[in-house]
Amino acid sequence: MEGNRERNADAYLRMYRQMLRIRVFEENAHQLYLSAKMPGLTHLYIGQEAVAVGICDALEPTDRITSTHRGHGHCVAKGAGFRQMFCELLGKSEGFCRGKGGSMHIADQENGNLGANAIVGGSAGIATGAALSAKRLGSGGVAVCFFGDGALGQGLLYECMNIASLWKLPVIYACENNHYGEYTHVSEMASGDLLDRARAFGIETATVDGQNVLEVNEAAEGFVSRARAGQGPFFLLLDTYRFHGHHVGDISREYYRAKEEEELWKSERDPVSNFAKWLRGESVASDDELNRIESEVRREAEDAVEYALAAPYPGSEEVDMHVFAEAG
Amino acid sequence: MREITLSQAVNEAIAEEMRRDPTIVLLGEDVAEAGTPFKILSGLVDEFGPERVVDTPISEPGFTGIAVGAAMTGLRPIVDIMFGDFLFLIMDQLCNQAAKTHYMSGGKLKVPMVVRTNMGATRRSAAQHSQSLHALVAHIPGLKVAMPATAFEAKGLLKTAIRDENPVVIFEDKLSYQEKAPVPEEEYLIALGEACIRREGSDVTLVGTSSMVQVALDAADLLAGEGISAEVIDPRTIAPLDEDTILASARKTSRAIVIDEGHRSYGASAEIAARIAEKAFYWLDAPVQRFAAMDVPIPFSPELEDLTVPTPAAVAEGARRAMRGELFHAP
Ligand SMILES: Cc1ncc(C[n+]2csc(CCOP(=O)(O)OP(=O)(O)O)c2C)c(N)n1
Ligand SMILES: [Mg+2]
Repeated sequence: MEGNRERNADAYLRMYRQMLRIRVFEENAHQLYLSAKMPGLTHLYIGQEAVAVGICDALEPTDRITSTHRGHGHCVAKGAGFRQMFCELLGKSEGFCRGKGGSMHIADQENGNLGANAIVGGSAGIATGAALSAKRLGSGGVAVCFFGDGALGQGLLYECMNIASLWKLPVIYACENNHYGEYTHVSEMASGDLLDRARAFGIETATVDGQNVLEVNEAAEGFVSRARAGQGPFFLLLDTYRFHGHHVGDISREYYRAKEEEELWKSERDPVSNFAKWLRGESVASDDELNRIESEVRREAEDAVEYALAAPYPGSEEVDMHVFAEAG
Repeated sequence: MREITLSQAVNEAIAEEMRRDPTIVLLGEDVAEAGTPFKILSGLVDEFGPERVVDTPISEPGFTGIAVGAAMTGLRPIVDIMFGDFLFLIMDQLCNQAAKTHYMSGGKLKVPMVVRTNMGATRRSAAQHSQSLHALVAHIPGLKVAMPATAFEAKGLLKTAIRDENPVVIFEDKLSYQEKAPVPEEEYLIALGEACIRREGSDVTLVGTSSMVQVALDAADLLAGEGISAEVIDPRTIAPLDEDTILASARKTSRAIVIDEGHRSYGASAEIAARIAEKAFYWLDAPVQRFAAMDVPIPFSPELEDLTVPTPAAVAEGARRAMRGELFHAP
């Protein structure tokens, strides 16, 4: 793993902690599902942590992101706290969306997360619109649109990329290619070269190893600062992998994804443990330090889960609140 | 009679029809090896091959439009829309293209295709995976809309829909996929536009669609214990709507309640209630009542979500009030 040695250790450790926070958050979410404490299903981000963290670390809190059905990682990486996240997953009133959105609609307005989305590709317009606002309002902000390889099938994405390029909008289309959309390989869903889609609109592209947080971060830093300078839009293709099933109920997967392939990614290309190894190897952090971070993160998650489990559900008067926004 | 699940009934209907008619093709996301996320179509690709059971990219407007064109030119496509909520993505192809082609062409072109999708809340799936959008398509002339309540209807209606010369949208209730019902081994069809009287009664008519048929039956059970006799009618298709059966029942009992899982405003419940009010008014002893999904996006939190859908207790209470002849505003 190649890193930029000049960058200070704080940044590395910040990214490590965030990746670990995603990993641990998801492990706890999985546990909540398995113990029947979480309503509904959820899509785990485990395996893709370096993508969300590498990109979001390049953003300011005022920059905007849009996320997907696999959205916990983006939410954490953009700065969300665990308590409000777990409350949302459990449908509690202290959740980010007062329990009304749940896992697939989690959003964190204060940190610029415009929300997960249960419609594949459904946020292409939203992210591009956020970039339009940033440009018109002169905020200097940038928008990142996270989406999966499956969303490459959605026509909306192409309409938006075309417009973004015509209007030079400060948006980065971040395609998380984890090689599968549900139970189908990307090669059966997307023809031609994936990058050619963006190139056709004159959008500059890059491909990075989505398991290497430093590589992701470096590419993101470049695109973000150039988008801020009015040179956008950009398209970033991230090669990555989801370690679990499509959702928590997707257990028997051999018919679409070989066990050996899963094992290989987990053992060779785990973004969290590989980065830990690199940090130790480069003497950025000692074993003790990394262990301390890990136990802090685990304690944070435990506390938040406990808090969320005990938190109240919204009262029945909430059910028809927020259908319309109030004036003013 | 043997009992099978609604999911098996759908699978059987498609398999039987595909054996009968080689022009039938099935298009959708993860319909082949995966057999859909609900595992409804498992095994079909093994029998009919990937040329007829076709996995598509996640491109709903694209493959629906392709189905429209294929239907106009000799195939009979069945399109699988994984969640009813994704109908919004295909509205142009369905409502501007499929629905109008026959009429606009002066009867020269036709679009014999089926869109299979689902509906229903309380699965903790939040606002974009819980909607019941049948009224939106039933609003469009040129589309037929079926809402099977049990495995029996699911099979009979689907087979008829596949043979129909028009675009038909079928809404299956997500929570009913594993529900069993008696289904004959022999072939049968259920005509589109023929309601079924699920339970005979004399005091109040409960018209329920899809899973709300069961809510109506449960309400009827509650009422029976109190000496109130409820008749339960399942229209089975809302376009066309079997007005005659519904009106005859309302005239007989003199009280009518409509239960539907779409949103209340401008929904299927409103349409059915309006027809009863228009055409059975002089026979009625109480205002027609409606029970429907609340006019809110379906919330994730279970505590809230459960408030948004009709319950047997609420329907039974509505019937009691109608029996007492109370003046009231329906909820
Ligand atoms: C418009 C639409 N079609 C279908 C679905 C059902 N669905 C949910 S996730 C998914 C696969 C998405 O794949 P990808 O974009 O690669 O994201 P990943 O799950 O791999 O993170 C599908 C088909 C949906 N939510 N929205
Ligand atoms: Mg994917």
